[in-house]
Amino acid sequence: MSTRAGGGPEVSTDRSTTVPGGVRGVGGAGRAAPGGSSRGADARAWAGAPWRERELGSLPVVGALVVLALVFQAFNSNFLSSDNLVNLTLQSATTGVITLGVVLVLLVGQIDLSVGAVSGLAAAVVAVGFVQEGWPLWAAVLAAVALGAAVGAGYGWLFTRLGVPSFVITLAGLLVCVGLQVRVLGATGSINLPYESWLVRFSQQVFLAPATAYALAALVAVGYGVTRWTGRRRRLAAELSAPGLVSIAVRTGLLAAALLLVTWYLNQNRGIGAMFAFFLLLVGMTDLLLRRTRWGRSVRAVGSNVVSARRAGYAVRRVYMSCFMACTALAALGGVLSAGRLAAANQGTGGSDTNLTAIAAAVIGGTSLFGGRGSAWSAVLGAFVIHSISSGLTLLNLDASIRYIVTGVVLALAVTIDALSRRRATAVR
Amino acid sequence: MSTQARGGLTGPHDLGDGLGAAGGDEPVISLRGVSHSYGAVRALVDVDLDVHAREVVAVVGDNGAGKSTLVNVMSGVLVPDAGEVVVEGRETQLRSPGVARQLGIATVFQDLALCEDLDVVENLFLGQELRRGPLLDEVAMEREAWRLLSQLAARVPSVRVPVGDLSGGQRQAVAIARALLGEPRVLVLDEPTAALGVTQTAEVLRLVERVRDRGYGVVLVSHTMPDVQAVADRVVVLRRGRLNGDFDADRTSYEEIIAAITGASPARRPRRQEDA
Repeated sequence: MSTRAGGGPEVSTDRSTTVPGGVRGVGGAGRAAPGGSSRGADARAWAGAPWRERELGSLPVVGALVVLALVFQAFNSNFLSSDNLVNLTLQSATTGVITLGVVLVLLVGQIDLSVGAVSGLAAAVVAVGFVQEGWPLWAAVLAAVALGAAVGAGYGWLFTRLGVPSFVITLAGLLVCVGLQVRVLGATGSINLPYESWLVRFSQQVFLAPATAYALAALVAVGYGVTRWTGRRRRLAAELSAPGLVSIAVRTGLLAAALLLVTWYLNQNRGIGAMFAFFLLLVGMTDLLLRRTRWGRSVRAVGSNVVSARRAGYAVRRVYMSCFMACTALAALGGVLSAGRLAAANQGTGGSDTNLTAIAAAVIGGTSLFGGRGSAWSAVLGAFVIHSISSGLTLLNLDASIRYIVTGVVLALAVTIDALSRRRATAVR
Repeated sequence: MSTQARGGLTGPHDLGDGLGAAGGDEPVISLRGVSHSYGAVRALVDVDLDVHAREVVAVVGDNGAGKSTLVNVMSGVLVPDAGEVVVEGRETQLRSPGVARQLGIATVFQDLALCEDLDVVENLFLGQELRRGPLLDEVAMEREAWRLLSQLAARVPSVRVPVGDLSGGQRQAVAIARALLGEPRVLVLDEPTAALGVTQTAEVLRLVERVRDRGYGVVLVSHTMPDVQAVADRVVVLRRGRLNGDFDADRTSYEEIIAAITGASPARRPRRQEDA
């Protein structure tokens, strides 16, 4: 819709009367609230933080990660070794892809309890299709992901047309998918994927060449800086508050330093896995879709308040449908990657704790269970936290029982923080 | 504050070429003979309502008098059994919310229809985002948001705080600003002060005055008489679905309006008071 073309009331105000003068100078000088009210101080506090930086966001999770790392490192000096960290990135990637889908479903205020089962089914389809039926590998992968999306379409249809609660549908879907998985695998119950297939190599053995890795890291940092800088120019041209050049330079510098440092450290061992890079790419793309497109806006609006979203004219059913489908498709993709990583698909793939780990990771990463709040990056952070705990406890020779308990406690903490912040937001009302 | 608003003012009737200039009395929107029944219950019976530019028309009435039905009719949510709306001399039907918006009737419902987790800019442009290529144009939207809010002299700490963190009055301001984004002729406010405290009520009433001073017609549906008396230019009383009086707010006493709402005839009202 165009900005205020004729017809309506002319609204260009005499700006000098409503906005205190001289506010949009250099270096992120604050812009006071409209009307020259006494909130100038508040407004200045927000200046330089165009968006997304106002919330606590991912700070608590990052803090938790640092604490976890320090504690585990204190007990076992292998925890922060580059070898262990490379393993951690690879483990996080498969869970993370599944978690990314869960984030989307949580954002619209729904849940999918069947992601583990869907990933297991997808792994089975790839293995059977490729090894037993002799399909080309790409076709098998495509079939598995398409099957995942179809399952999501079924959920979406039941939810939007018949109004069945999503946790019941997906619980039913979990049972169906587990059954199908066993069926598809057949009598043997376990199928090995050949080591020389590209799927296995991609998820196990392919690492970015050091030069490529450094180049990519630098590219990301430069891209960030350029985006911020052009954003600043556009904001200044529009007479809005904008981050200062110094702040942009410092942020870009810090990001570049962090990325290069991590790349260098991982390169001491095997380096950055292709699968991990792929995971980060997926997250980055999802983040862009969520923050900067109309679809992303509609997802958050629906999760925040369906009635308002419907009144605003969003196609609410299609939004739900897209999220359910994206979730199960990503779960299937995660299952395919984990089949590649294990070079096998069996009845246990996607079983036991995959489901709960993926959902817990989304919540731990900072996506609200109540819809409307969250970010694609919570998939990365949540997966890191979960796998740090499991890796750290394994290094301490503690068995799975402790791992379950600790993960459970961390999840409870994350949900509590989520619920508390939700309550504070409603209390203000 | 209101002087600022007047400073930069040209109203819709000035742009509507001659409509307002020819005769300030010409209504921008009129409802003619609107009737609606829910089964056997006659919620509205042959209701006429004129709304002029630069005017606050308060619609008052007891519970069940038909106020909400009237709001739903004006917003296009409810298609009445009979009656039409006259816009710029042409008769039309308000068949859907979209048609109502196109004809220039913007409605702010009591629940405001905001998304608490989204920030002010996101809420203002909810469902009608500005784009630049495939991506959202945050800069243009933010600039527009500041402009709208500063016209209303609305106090919002930042346009990038989630609406959930704002006070009731500030939310009302955001909802009104969003309604104005569609360039309406008439703004329908459904019980805007119902859930607000004293300070915030005053803030919203100032907002209503500012909207009027910018040249819009405002229909204020309320059952809070002090609010009505504070801002209304005209008071229309609904009683059991029928019009039961159309008063000039400045020349009508509180008692007369109450009498029209309750159905006691205005003439008897003072006598009863003397008795008491």
